[in-house]
Amino acid sequence: MGLDFSVVPQYLDIILLGCAWTIGITLAAAVLSFFGRIIFAVIALYTPWVIRQPFRLIAWVFMGTPLLLQLFLIYFGLVQIGIDLPAFLAGIIGLGLHFAVYNSELIQTAILSVDKGQMEAARTVGLSRGQALRKVVIPQAVRSVIPPIGNNMIALLKDSALVSVIGVSELTLSAQRVIGRTYRPFEFYLMAAAFYYVINLGMEWVLRKIERRISLSR
Amino acid sequence: MTDQKDFVQIRHAQKAFGKLEVLKDISLNVERGQIVAIIGPSGSGKSTLLRAINDLDPLTGGEILLDGVQVNKTLPHRQYEKHINEMRQQIGMVFQHFNLFPHLTARENVTMAPKMLKGLSTEEADALAEEQLDKVGMLERIDYYPSQLSGGQKQRVAIARAFAMRPKLMLFDEATSALDPELVDEVNQVMKTLAEEHMTMIIVTHEMDFAAAVCDRVLFMDQGVVVEEGPPEVVFRNPTQERTREFLRKHLAGAK
Ligand SMILES: Nc1ncnc2c1ncn2[C@@H]1O[C@H](COP(=O)(O)OP(=O)(O)O)[C@@H](O)[C@H]1O
Ligand SMILES: [Mg+2]
Repeated sequence: MGLDFSVVPQYLDIILLGCAWTIGITLAAAVLSFFGRIIFAVIALYTPWVIRQPFRLIAWVFMGTPLLLQLFLIYFGLVQIGIDLPAFLAGIIGLGLHFAVYNSELIQTAILSVDKGQMEAARTVGLSRGQALRKVVIPQAVRSVIPPIGNNMIALLKDSALVSVIGVSELTLSAQRVIGRTYRPFEFYLMAAAFYYVINLGMEWVLRKIERRISLSR
Repeated sequence: MTDQKDFVQIRHAQKAFGKLEVLKDISLNVERGQIVAIIGPSGSGKSTLLRAINDLDPLTGGEILLDGVQVNKTLPHRQYEKHINEMRQQIGMVFQHFNLFPHLTARENVTMAPKMLKGLSTEEADALAEEQLDKVGMLERIDYYPSQLSGGQKQRVAIARAFAMRPKLMLFDEATSALDPELVDEVNQVMKTLAEEHMTMIIVTHEMDFAAAVCDRVLFMDQGVVVEEGPPEVVFRNPTQERTREFLRKHLAGAK
């Protein structure tokens, strides 16, 4: 039995819908992780021990255990305590938190390496410490970590395939479902791979645009 | 409002970093509209004194008053924060290394604090930015980022940023010493304009010519004390203290 791509057009809509889910989940998780890692960094650096410590515990759990397990925990586990999340939402939260925690140290370091004179200049015009952090220090820290965070988004895209295990019909699961009907794994896995690659290229393109845009303001 | 003579009062200012005494009982009054230069060797405490005035380096003893209000009051933390933020809005500061916000344009550098703290609308803030940047000759570069400006231009924007809060007092800490020599003049020019408008200023500088031309009074500091003070003619031409003479000898010789 050779390769036969003639069945592909017939199932293209399912695959494209899978792409849309993959893109949507990746973007949502990226946004969540973006703000999440800033919040984690601020908590780690600027809050008293009683607040900081529980968050560190959460961070350890997210860093030291498999993402797959975390997804199971959020989707199947939380139901038991009355939190019944739709699968896609559980997926976004799992992915988002995982990546937020993984990179919050990057932002912490970036915040600490913003020139001390920036905080001083902001305080000198009358901003409070919080205002200065929000408007002066953190925006600069975030700009300085855009390139590594960009690479991270690519990793996030690839890891988004894991949410297929909790039944989100993203690209990988869509391909699997089509394969279940057509018995053509090679064609459809290959196709899914091609779509991941295209999405990847698109993301890199957007990231390059962003980097170029902020290059003057650093 | 207080007596014009006591617009800025520094009373028995003391500052120690751990065991290192950096300011040893410094007192100084500045009249409204007066311009005071502080000169002295590196490490003598000039920056620390300036930074104590807006509480960036809090004093360990003594008082600082601006227009009759004590800057370094003893208050519970929250109230103190509120108080000091209000005081700092009235005290503009210009740093040796500009400390412009690199992620904001010249316009945004100027408008950020007035918008956040004085509730200016975008139109009002833009008008203010145009006015202030025009005054320092930077209107043409209003939408440039600091990375697109020369040192002298950055410093002029930094002056506009400080001035946009309409401060009662301006502090300059070696505003021109990080600049290439050919850029010093444009910044000095701006400072002269402020002087002509009778802005009250305290200027730490190593440019004796500028101090002599612009300032009403010169303070010579060494090792945390004011060794000598007086009008520039006297301090520069006929200093009474040997330490002042020695400093000026070295400095004027080095500068020429
Ligand atoms: N944050 C600080 N911690 C410890 N020592 C300091 C600090 N800031 C300044 N000093 C010390 O205080 C002295 C005076 O410094 P400074 O006020 O910067 O002098 P100047 O501006 O006259 O060169 C120096 O010996 C300096 O090393
Ligand atoms: Mg200094």
